[in-house]
Amino acid sequence: MRLDDPCIKKLEPPKLNVFERTYLPQILDGLAVTGRHILGVLRGESITIEYPEQPHRPSPNYRGVHRLNKDEQGRVKCVACMLCATACPVHCIDIIGATAPENWSDREKYPESFVIDELRCIFCGMCEEACPVDAVELTSFYDLTGLSREEMIFDKTKLLSVYDLTKEAEPSRMGNLTTF
Amino acid sequence: MLTFLGLTALLIKIGLVVGISQGAVAYLIYVERKIAAYAQDRIGPNRCGREFGVPLGLIQPLADGAKMILKEDVIPKYVHKPTFILAPMIAIVTATIGFAVVPFGPVGAGAPRLGADWPVQFQIAPGVDIGIVYILAIGSLAVYAVVLAGWSSNNKYSFLGGLRSSAQLISYEIPMGLSILGIVLLAKSLDLNTIIEWQDRHGWGIFWQPVGFLIFLVSAFAETNRLPFDLPESEQELVGGFHTEYSAMKFGMFFLGEYLHVITVSFLTVILFFGGWDLPFVLSADQTSWISAIFKVIVMMSKVSLMIVFIMWIRWTLPRFRYDTLMNLAWKSLLPLGLLNLTITAVAAQMILGG
Repeated sequence: MRLDDPCIKKLEPPKLNVFERTYLPQILDGLAVTGRHILGVLRGESITIEYPEQPHRPSPNYRGVHRLNKDEQGRVKCVACMLCATACPVHCIDIIGATAPENWSDREKYPESFVIDELRCIFCGMCEEACPVDAVELTSFYDLTGLSREEMIFDKTKLLSVYDLTKEAEPSRMGNLTTF
Repeated sequence: MLTFLGLTALLIKIGLVVGISQGAVAYLIYVERKIAAYAQDRIGPNRCGREFGVPLGLIQPLADGAKMILKEDVIPKYVHKPTFILAPMIAIVTATIGFAVVPFGPVGAGAPRLGADWPVQFQIAPGVDIGIVYILAIGSLAVYAVVLAGWSSNNKYSFLGGLRSSAQLISYEIPMGLSILGIVLLAKSLDLNTIIEWQDRHGWGIFWQPVGFLIFLVSAFAETNRLPFDLPESEQELVGGFHTEYSAMKFGMFFLGEYLHVITVSFLTVILFFGGWDLPFVLSADQTSWISAIFKVIVMMSKVSLMIVFIMWIRWTLPRFRYDTLMNLAWKSLLPLGLLNLTITAVAAQMILGG
């Protein structure tokens, strides 16, 4: 683009009069703005919360600790298809599949072991997207702590217990998928 | 002559003033943090002391002070040690001795009396006729702390900070002096107490000297090295400027000095332009009872507190000046304006108010 291109619109800063050039009105404006904020907080309009006493509620699509969903009969939903493990960009999911018991008529395989390394996970949510049966989901648990590295490697029991903890507050998102 | 009784009273006064001002500084830091938080829609420090049932984090200053004292005091090998150690001392000493001539309440004829003939003066050195000159002189000594700190640290950031500070403080001292001269001409005295009494009779200085007040306010901000004039320390480009190399209580002393400076400047503004202990139609220099004296001290302290809050409010409102605009403001705007104001005031004082 050339400098004299007619499409270029040259903007001039607004001309200030003598009073404005002292910058006093602007300073007073600024004081009014900060003053409003100061008085606002004194009236209790602060945007922060007092964390440990007042728990933080993340938005519904927050990506926190994983859970393994159970179906109506209390069985693990996962069919050990390995799609999540393949989709995972950091390879933190380790699944050992096995043939499903005889009386599980709806599937051929189930996970004998399902391990997620929460320290390696980057919480991108790709496993949740990849899962064809909505078995693995990310919950809004954010205060994930542990005293050792081993403690942070979540196995099937632990992931299923996360489901038991959160199933009331966060129903499985299976139904929502079609509405998008 | 200084009697034994007089000496005791003087020492008590010095102890009170130093103790109260240092304690006030600790809480000013707390207030500053609170105001900073409020201006940014946060809550600010409110945890410290909750275990002991202290509300609002009110013992936060104690914890901060303890932290300052307990931290490791690093003196780098490459610094010039004597001046490196001297600099924080100068900072705190110059900030403290300015209080010697600041009147906290009624002084002189208006002072209340203990018994028949023993006036209680609310000022450490009540007889100083040149109070303003003394405070200005002490104030300009404070620049040595910054310059020496910056130079002795033997570090480019600190050196630039010291350099900026020396140029800035020398530039802003001139408009500050000029702005004060207006009210001095009107009150015909350099004594702070006489100036308060003049305002008590004729009205507050801000109504007589609005331009002088403005110039004084701007230069006072520059003299305290606070935002929007904190170029000597500007954290973003100079990583702390002159106090980059300082740690623990040495840094704490610079910090203390800065806040003491804020208190002094607030006192000076209130005394010169807001009538000191004066409250129109209520308090006057003729009242000498103890009740009026206590009331005057309360009025004075409230005005000073409001001024300090205003200084902090400004700090969280305005961004820092660029260096050339800072110099432009002092030399091209404030200095001519101050000279004009002084000339007009001098002519008016001579012609209209009659010499």
